[in-house]
Amino acid sequence: MISPSSTFWQKIWFYFKSNRLAIFSGWLLIVFIMLAITVPFLSSYSYYDVNLSIKNQPPSPNHWFGTDDLGRDIFVRIWYGARISFFVGIAAACIDLVIGALWGGIAALAGGKLDEIMMRFVDILSALPSLLITITLIVALGSGLHTIIIALSVLGWFTMARIVRGQLLKIKQQEYVLAARALGANFWRILFRHLFPNAVGPILVTLTLTIPSAIFTEAFLSYLGLGVQAPIASWGTMANEGLPAMEYYPWRLWVPATFISLTLLAFHIIGDGLNDAITQVTEYRETS
Amino acid sequence: MIAILARKLFYACLSLIVLSMLTFVLVRIIPGDPFQQEQALPEEIYHALRHTYGLDAPIHSQYINYITNLCSLRLGPSLVYHKQDVAEIIGHSFPTSALLGGEALALAIPVGIFLGLWSAFYQHGWQNSLTHILAIIGISVPSFILGTLLQYFLAVKLQLFPIACWGSFSQTILPAISLGALPAAFIARITGANMIEELKQGYITTARAKGLPEYRIIWRHALKNILIPLLSYIGPLSAHTLTGAFIIEKIYGIPGLGYWFVNSVSNRDYPLIMGITLFYCTLLLTISLAVDALSLMIDPRLAKAAKNNRGVV
Repeated sequence: MISPSSTFWQKIWFYFKSNRLAIFSGWLLIVFIMLAITVPFLSSYSYYDVNLSIKNQPPSPNHWFGTDDLGRDIFVRIWYGARISFFVGIAAACIDLVIGALWGGIAALAGGKLDEIMMRFVDILSALPSLLITITLIVALGSGLHTIIIALSVLGWFTMARIVRGQLLKIKQQEYVLAARALGANFWRILFRHLFPNAVGPILVTLTLTIPSAIFTEAFLSYLGLGVQAPIASWGTMANEGLPAMEYYPWRLWVPATFISLTLLAFHIIGDGLNDAITQVTEYRETS
Repeated sequence: MIAILARKLFYACLSLIVLSMLTFVLVRIIPGDPFQQEQALPEEIYHALRHTYGLDAPIHSQYINYITNLCSLRLGPSLVYHKQDVAEIIGHSFPTSALLGGEALALAIPVGIFLGLWSAFYQHGWQNSLTHILAIIGISVPSFILGTLLQYFLAVKLQLFPIACWGSFSQTILPAISLGALPAAFIARITGANMIEELKQGYITTARAKGLPEYRIIWRHALKNILIPLLSYIGPLSAHTLTGAFIIEKIYGIPGLGYWFVNSVSNRDYPLIMGITLFYCTLLLTISLAVDALSLMIDPRLAKAAKNNRGVV
């Protein structure tokens, strides 16, 4: 039950768990992550073994999701790809969080000219065509997982910076910040001990929404053939490989496409539910 | 108001200059060369080509040269497509992208606003939940998957629409839907959320107390007040949508701006990359300036707020 003595997180959990769809999405993602960890170990197939005698087989008891044009088992490849997609999503989101929160936080707390310059910089960078930056990085660093993560980090932190700045501008006017300043707290202490903890809600929501957007961008780049290279499979590369075979071997496209969509959907529903819960808690706090 | 806009215009121009420098340097950092794509050229032809296009000059003088040409609105010739001018390429590919984007927006804006208002009207009913779920689906399903899905089922299987290519109206329908779904979902969400907030305001209670029907309150009273957040979203969105979505253009084989942009980057066609980037950014900045001007005209409170609190707006 929720009571006035419940902590912030207890209250959020109270509202969040009443959202059945969000709870279901949470379980779905947990199942996906478990399968991604275990299936590549436990399966008798591997993601890279080529067996041309069983190429392009439809889903069957032996190959649950069928096989691709080189006779590789799609079920194993999907869960191996899930590792890549989740890893890319979470890594990029963490880097975005650090860069974006620091950048937006410093801009908001410093204010004035520095704020203006830092935010103009964000505006200009975010106007650069993302494809140009990505291709530049891929050509310069070579294609691969690390390049994708770097490209996603370079392109992805603007949203976080803007949201953190907007949020901190609202709360930095409050009395406790003034009190902390009067007691001699320095810039970093105010930023880390007073401002960030009070903006954790919007930061968390943005983080939950950054993960799917990173997974999407990775899938998108791989779909264009700019992503991870064979034999490593991500969901985007698998969809890309399945595209030309769409008419005759449709499962090769639809299986990865379904998993991309389901994962993105689950993350968005969770982010949304979290946002609703946080809104309710803050409104409850303000009215009581 | 003029002062605010002048300030914004100044920053827009500054952004454009910095952006042009960044892009100019960036494209030359990419390894690779516009003249050595398929077969190696003889040494002297290669150098002659580089000299003709001024690529052997130091980078700052190349840039100054480019900007001087730009001031007289010359974007230069394409390095890869012979006898084609960059302005010409943009001139014949932009209308295609703009038509596609225009159709997508013509679909997304009314559908999005309608769904948003509908969900606010029935904010405690199943209609709100349904719109919520539809919007999340619209935001989550990537456009390239939606595009392929529509193409597979409606064009390949049911043969209701042409599969790909560009020319007739029926060929524009599927790409426009694929491109418009995401903005429609976002607009529905923003409209719904803002409207539900707006309906908590005091003047709405007054209107209800006077006995006005709910649809009239939403349509005549509240809608005006949520126009600004809507405008500031729809503005940049239009620029994105009008300049083409590369992936949709690729799936449906449409010769739009996105296609040329990706081609130019992979060909290292420096003037074409620069031309399209600058064109795109100019469009984006113009539209966002127009949105600012419109917002200031609609809501005079904004101008006051900007005066009292410089730098925040």
